[in-house]
Amino acid sequence: MSEVIHADHHDDADHHGSGDHGPEKGLARWLFTTNHKDIGTLYLWFSFLMLLIGGVMALIVRTELFQPGLQFVNPEFFNQMTTNHGLIMVFGAIMPAFVGLANWLVPMQVGAPDMALPRMNNLSFWILPFAFGIMISTLFMEGGGPNFGWTFYAPLSTTYAPDSVTFFIFAVHMMGASSIMGSINIIATILNMRAPGMTLMKMPMFVWTWLITAYLLLAVMPVLAGVVTMMLFDIHFNTSFFDAAGGGDPVMFQHIFWFFGHPEVYIMILPAFGVVSHILPAFSRKPLFGYDSMVYAVASIAFLSFIVWAHHMFTVGMPLAGQLFFMYATMLIAIPTGVKVFNWTATMWKGSMTFETPMLFAIAFVVLFTIGGFSGLMLAIAPVDYQYHDTYFVVAHFHYVLVPGALFSIIAAVYFWFPKWTGKMYNETMGKLHFWLSFIGVNITFFPQHFSGLAGMPRRIPDYALQFADFNMLSSVGAFIFGFSQLVFLYVIIHGIRNGKPAEGRSWEGARGLEWTLPSPAPYHSFTKPPQVRDEEVHG
Amino acid sequence: MANAETDSSVYYVPHNGWYPVVLAAGVMLMLTGFASWLNATSNGEPGSWTQTVIGFGITAVVLYFWFAKVIAENQQGLANEQLKKSYVWGIGWFIFSEVMFFAAFFGALFYARVIAVSWLGGEGAKGLTGEYLWPEFEAVWPVMSNPNNALFPPPEQSMAAPALTGWLGYLPFYNTVILLTSSWTVHVAHSAIKEGNRKKLNTWLGLTVLLGIIFLILQAEEYIVAYNDMGLTLGSGIYGSTFFILTGFHGFHVTLGTVMLLVMWLRGLKGHFTANDCFGFEAASWYWHFVDVVWVGLFIFVYVL
Repeated sequence: MSEVIHADHHDDADHHGSGDHGPEKGLARWLFTTNHKDIGTLYLWFSFLMLLIGGVMALIVRTELFQPGLQFVNPEFFNQMTTNHGLIMVFGAIMPAFVGLANWLVPMQVGAPDMALPRMNNLSFWILPFAFGIMISTLFMEGGGPNFGWTFYAPLSTTYAPDSVTFFIFAVHMMGASSIMGSINIIATILNMRAPGMTLMKMPMFVWTWLITAYLLLAVMPVLAGVVTMMLFDIHFNTSFFDAAGGGDPVMFQHIFWFFGHPEVYIMILPAFGVVSHILPAFSRKPLFGYDSMVYAVASIAFLSFIVWAHHMFTVGMPLAGQLFFMYATMLIAIPTGVKVFNWTATMWKGSMTFETPMLFAIAFVVLFTIGGFSGLMLAIAPVDYQYHDTYFVVAHFHYVLVPGALFSIIAAVYFWFPKWTGKMYNETMGKLHFWLSFIGVNITFFPQHFSGLAGMPRRIPDYALQFADFNMLSSVGAFIFGFSQLVFLYVIIHGIRNGKPAEGRSWEGARGLEWTLPSPAPYHSFTKPPQVRDEEVHG
Repeated sequence: MANAETDSSVYYVPHNGWYPVVLAAGVMLMLTGFASWLNATSNGEPGSWTQTVIGFGITAVVLYFWFAKVIAENQQGLANEQLKKSYVWGIGWFIFSEVMFFAAFFGALFYARVIAVSWLGGEGAKGLTGEYLWPEFEAVWPVMSNPNNALFPPPEQSMAAPALTGWLGYLPFYNTVILLTSSWTVHVAHSAIKEGNRKKLNTWLGLTVLLGIIFLILQAEEYIVAYNDMGLTLGSGIYGSTFFILTGFHGFHVTLGTVMLLVMWLRGLKGHFTANDCFGFEAASWYWHFVDVVWVGLFIFVYVL
């Protein structure tokens, strides 16, 4: 029966339309929920679990690399660990965490009661545990799990793959379906559920970045599905897409994969830009500098992401004209990215700044992401990429943009909106401890990898020459500091939920946006009637 | 209080439900069952379909209940204008994602034809490898002799279109005519709803479904001829690979579209749909137009050019 009709009987202005279904009790609440907050919470906890699992895999890798020689694991298992670490972090930790944030925040920020298609929202989430159940189970199958790197290049992933690759392919299909449904939901919510008066150019930056990210997902996840389908056919139906003996080409795999893969990189960073564009203004007590240019910059980056993919494959063989095109197109991305970094800096300029935990993570994001951006610019230069390709320099580059980039922004977002979600404040001292441990750990881990990479240490190899020993030892120490400091994060969250002091509606003095006009914790259905969009709540 | 059907200032949020999580479980059972079967057969062991069939059954049953519930809610007047707009956005962008799925295969066809095969034939800066490895190989499309004909026995004949005069004996030409006609018939059916002419709707929609089924039968016939008479199989090299993956996934989508339209036809017979409330039908017809457009692309790039 209808909630709307039920609500007639107790027309409570704040809760009508949905007043009779607050959270259910027990497990059923989480299994059957159609509520964007419950689903957001599920996504966030799921991604944290995946972060821990993927993190343990990273620590196994770093343990083996602590010293030269083979000590702890055999190379076959090492390959499975690097592969699954990458896949789980990309598809299981970073992406679902951002979808979780979108679930929590987009309806509140646009003034909606919930996501546009709530039941499909639940399906998008619940596909993921099954998909990752399949993926992790491959590690225990005969012949072992995927061992061909997270990019699963053919023919490593076809001719020479373990049997479990079939399960891996279907797991990827399921994740893709989840992402596509999630994106459709986010697009419909943003385009269709905004409160009256919230024009596109008044939307919060996080909403803008997610709108564009959702389009990227819609455009490239099907291509990923297509490429794994071709793998499946090459493996089981004797086709020759990636086999030159039948007229195909393994390089074709790389082209199609990276046509997905490069926009995928921006899928993992654009929402991070959005998060940071909320936190920096809040703690600088100034509006975001250059809002319009921020929107255009994100759109430009998204567009460029479709025409740069082959910079991942400069060394595989490509005509010179192709190399030049992809090199210059890639370097163009530095322009809109630079616009963003300068705008963030200008936002902080002469602000009355304070340095609570979310702000610390956001500032660290700006600085360390920029380092990752610069090393990306170096890698974009085709002639020097011949030196850097497949070395630890690449590993350092993409970990700088993904760990102190994407992951730091997710952590910053959790701290920033924690009071809104739970109605409680976390422990600031412990939060700062978490920040400094993470900040130090992450830099000890990844900074030395620039040097070992420039000196020629190849990635994805369990053993290495003696001259890389010191940098690797440092890296491993840093990795353990960083890994274990996430347990501090877990503690801060649980302690905050259980014992935190009550938080105000506008939990941070400088925070702007519709979500801060709601009480903390936000009601189960954020806005049951469209709110008024007042100018002072626009643009953080 | 406001009427939910007309007032978009009141939001409708559906109840909690068991469909999504059970659907996810069903899909997992179906796909892991299928993966086990594939692995078993590829290793020469007997595979079992049981798990796949159970998973498919669960998926189908849940989808049936899910759609039935959405339809029932709409008939109770719970779906307001805003939700209907969300549905429009939803199906529109879903079709876009499907377009991108086909784009991957069209991209593969383009890359193979224009780049990979010519390099293998020794053309261009990267042609030297092909010259050394397979000096015999000649770059022509359709590829009628593969670099390694022992591993990938080439087709005896291709599906390439004959000269225009021969089109009357060319099956894909008929399939093109059938699908284009069906796009028109489904459009007539749509106009019929808008005019409130139920009888016309049932006739023309039924005709569309029939055309879809005829297309599928002809497509199956084409595959049978390809396998039995032309030696064109999935294993006959890059031409067979691209041919079957493109036409195969298109055929799969035609099947889905036909099932959708069939459901809409049955709903029409039951008296569903009015001039202002026929989104389910419209969504299915958009999907149908999409599979037609893909076919036009296929006909041009796979068969004719």
